[in-house]
Amino acid sequence: MKISYYPGCTLKTKAKNLERSALACFDALGIEYEELPRWNCCGAVYSLADDDLIHIIAPVRDLIRVKERGLDTVMTLCSMCYNTLARANELMKNNEEKRYTINTFMDEEPDYAGEVRVVHFLDYLRDEIGWDKLKEKIKVPLNDLKVAPYYGCTLLRPREVALDRPDKPTVIRTFLETLGAIVVDFPSATVCCGSYQVLGNPEAALKVSHGILDDAVKNGAEALALACPLCDYNLGFRQDAILNSFTDAKEIPVYYFTQLMAVALGIDPAVSHFELNRESSLQLLRDKKLISGAAS
Amino acid sequence: MPLEILKTLSDETFKKKVMEISGENFHKCYQCGTCSGSCPMAEHITVLPRRVMAFLQLGNREKLEQSNTPWTCASCHTCQVRCPRGIDIPKVMEALRLLQLRRNINQIEPSSISKKEIVDLPQIAMVSGFRKLTS
Repeated sequence: MKISYYPGCTLKTKAKNLERSALACFDALGIEYEELPRWNCCGAVYSLADDDLIHIIAPVRDLIRVKERGLDTVMTLCSMCYNTLARANELMKNNEEKRYTINTFMDEEPDYAGEVRVVHFLDYLRDEIGWDKLKEKIKVPLNDLKVAPYYGCTLLRPREVALDRPDKPTVIRTFLETLGAIVVDFPSATVCCGSYQVLGNPEAALKVSHGILDDAVKNGAEALALACPLCDYNLGFRQDAILNSFTDAKEIPVYYFTQLMAVALGIDPAVSHFELNRESSLQLLRDKKLISGAAS
Repeated sequence: MPLEILKTLSDETFKKKVMEISGENFHKCYQCGTCSGSCPMAEHITVLPRRVMAFLQLGNREKLEQSNTPWTCASCHTCQVRCPRGIDIPKVMEALRLLQLRRNINQIEPSSISKKEIVDLPQIAMVSGFRKLTS
């Protein structure tokens, strides 16, 4: 059945490499989708205050749009969008009092009670497509590429919306294995990259990010695979600052999981906008002979 | 470092407000320290989460308002999934932030962010940062 695709703010600009590579994979895997019409920003972070319902309105409005389309599943690619939409959905499903208040407040909208299912591309791959089917479609196995799976926070925590076991997730590991990569497990796979503290306390965020990258490198990873544009910013874009600040830091390419999938599915690398990744990202794929030299 | 015994009375209004906004009962905390041991920001915060719980139990508003802990917390929820008492510590941190933000005290000033940074930052960094750190 057709699914509704919710992009979120960052995927149209800074994380175009995440969106475009994922959409090409949707086509290659035969996933029927439509972009949610009139979607709005989900708010990026779920409101944690009990007396603050106004910030739940935005994600609920998106879920109502999905329901209006007559679709029962909405898929996100960004982990923060996933978390915010999924938590808002849980609230609407389970909290009668707050559901009533929100529905009454949005009296111009139809009532909503959590009828839509919120999924992330990763759990959709695992639960709906299946690893076997994905394996059949692989044209360029990522042989010899040593990749560390990085989960970050919002795919795994809190437990009520976790895609996998929060303490010992395996979904990205199995995904990378299916693509043919050599998976490098490392202890920092679920450690926070510093998230929005890049604004509040950038030095602390930098140090936390350095710890994660350092851990991946020391465990023998040649690259990191992740799903969140904010993790990508902290661990990828800010790697220059990390390399400048910490003498022991080593460069490591960072990819969105969908970019690696696109390579494995034999999709033209130009589609995946590798120019938005670190320069070393494309070079590593060339060195491993996974893509030809022409793409940029 | 031992916990200081309060010279003044516990601030019960403050405790009640934190409980109301967070919906969490911090009196359930039995000080095991799993949260502090799990916190990725541990070395950058002035009061570790275990001690935040203790200061709340004691109603020590001053210590908590002086600490940088809620402002350095990245809401990563590691403490939340590990707390053996089931306390949603990120919700408590949110309450501590909101009690200050609702007095119109911004932790970061959006207008002072450089143009280069605004160009570089992904939208979710700004949306989430402003949501958590500005009023």
